[in-house]
Amino acid sequence: MKIELTPEQLKLQEQFQKFVDKEVAPMAEQNDREERVPEDLIKKIADQGYLGSMLPVEYGGKGWDMITIGLLNEEFGRGCSSARSLLTVHGMAALGIERWGTPEQRNYWLPKMASGEIIGAFALTEPNVGSDAKSVETTAVLEDDYFILNGQKKWITMGQIANIFLLFAKCEGKPTAFIVEKCSPGFSFKPINGLIGARASMLAELKLENCRIPKGNLVGSVGTGLSHVALSCLNYGRYTIAFGCVGLGQACLKKSVQYTRKRRQFGAPLRENQLIQKMITEMVVNIKAARQLCYHAGYLKDTGDPDYIMATWIAKYFASKMINQVAGDAVQIHGANGFSREYDVERYFRDSKINEVIEGTTQMHEILIAMNAFRNI
Amino acid sequence: MEEIKVRVRGFLSRFFKKHELEDSEDIFSLGFVNSLFAMQLVMFIEKEFSIRIENNDLDLQNFRSINSIAELISSKKSA
Repeated sequence: MKIELTPEQLKLQEQFQKFVDKEVAPMAEQNDREERVPEDLIKKIADQGYLGSMLPVEYGGKGWDMITIGLLNEEFGRGCSSARSLLTVHGMAALGIERWGTPEQRNYWLPKMASGEIIGAFALTEPNVGSDAKSVETTAVLEDDYFILNGQKKWITMGQIANIFLLFAKCEGKPTAFIVEKCSPGFSFKPINGLIGARASMLAELKLENCRIPKGNLVGSVGTGLSHVALSCLNYGRYTIAFGCVGLGQACLKKSVQYTRKRRQFGAPLRENQLIQKMITEMVVNIKAARQLCYHAGYLKDTGDPDYIMATWIAKYFASKMINQVAGDAVQIHGANGFSREYDVERYFRDSKINEVIEGTTQMHEILIAMNAFRNI
Repeated sequence: MEEIKVRVRGFLSRFFKKHELEDSEDIFSLGFVNSLFAMQLVMFIEKEFSIRIENNDLDLQNFRSINSIAELISSKKSA
């Protein structure tokens, strides 16, 4: 066993750190305030090739291994949770097409997605359907050479700017995946604002009113929308979210350590207080533990091990719980200052909660991880 | 074909511990199958037999029994 990054991974990690420090992190406060990731930042991200980080070279992607993809998402998570969410959902849509799309779909869409010419999003959740994804109410009916879609999607990350959606609907009563273009007749969207955190994720509610898409936009086959298409996308989503939590945790730790050096109470810096040291210790240990779980999941994916799926659930479960504890402690260390926009930890705290909800709630993870243990032990 | 079946049976035994699977037995009817299993099975087949399961292979009939899984693998390997 060898647990270390390769020279190439270390080189790319440094590149990611520099890009995030220069372009992403300085924008995070403004992004949060304005509830949007500006176009020019998205262009800079695309120019680096990061929107193709998860795609094979043959489609213009980077063809990076999963650990490198994880490092990218860790750095983005450190800099701006909303920018990281762009990498996540764009990658989920792209990988769904890459994994289960037809050769025509792959050749047409993936080069455009790799370059950032078009942005993808993942449309599963509905006003009445969250964890119980099998019960999606949106319908798809085949009429001649077109599918006619009717229904609503809600909480769709990057839904305001996405050009295409990997969207799930019931077809012949079974969950099925489709590519839906924003320009499709019968498609409309409404921005969702005023969120607790990850405010720049440009969420939208989608409306499909007799929305007409070509028959060839079916992804996978009828009935495999959840079991194969969505699950493989969600695995990637969980993986990048878990790494994003590690990065956000690292940001909390850095701000907390810096603050405890400067802030003085009872005639001494906070860092000399042993109860503060306990919080810093728990941050260090839990961030590291989460990172190791992420590395393990990435390693299993790179080796094609079927246990990758469960390892990813475990990593996402731990990392999303971890970041809520870490961000809470970061605010605690900052005292009243931690409640102020003048300090980044205020945003970190708000950004952390959604990680326990998206791509499977903490409670769904608890059910699935326990069921897997009952089955295997 | 027999060798393929042995390897598939070995993988499936992780999920059907207390049940000796017959080659023609419908694994979906046994109630152990969920999304995790479906994707793990795909990953196992792809890694173990160095093939790629494509969208047009996503017919549940291809994954219904050891026999049907072995036939799918065999046909893809000889393609």
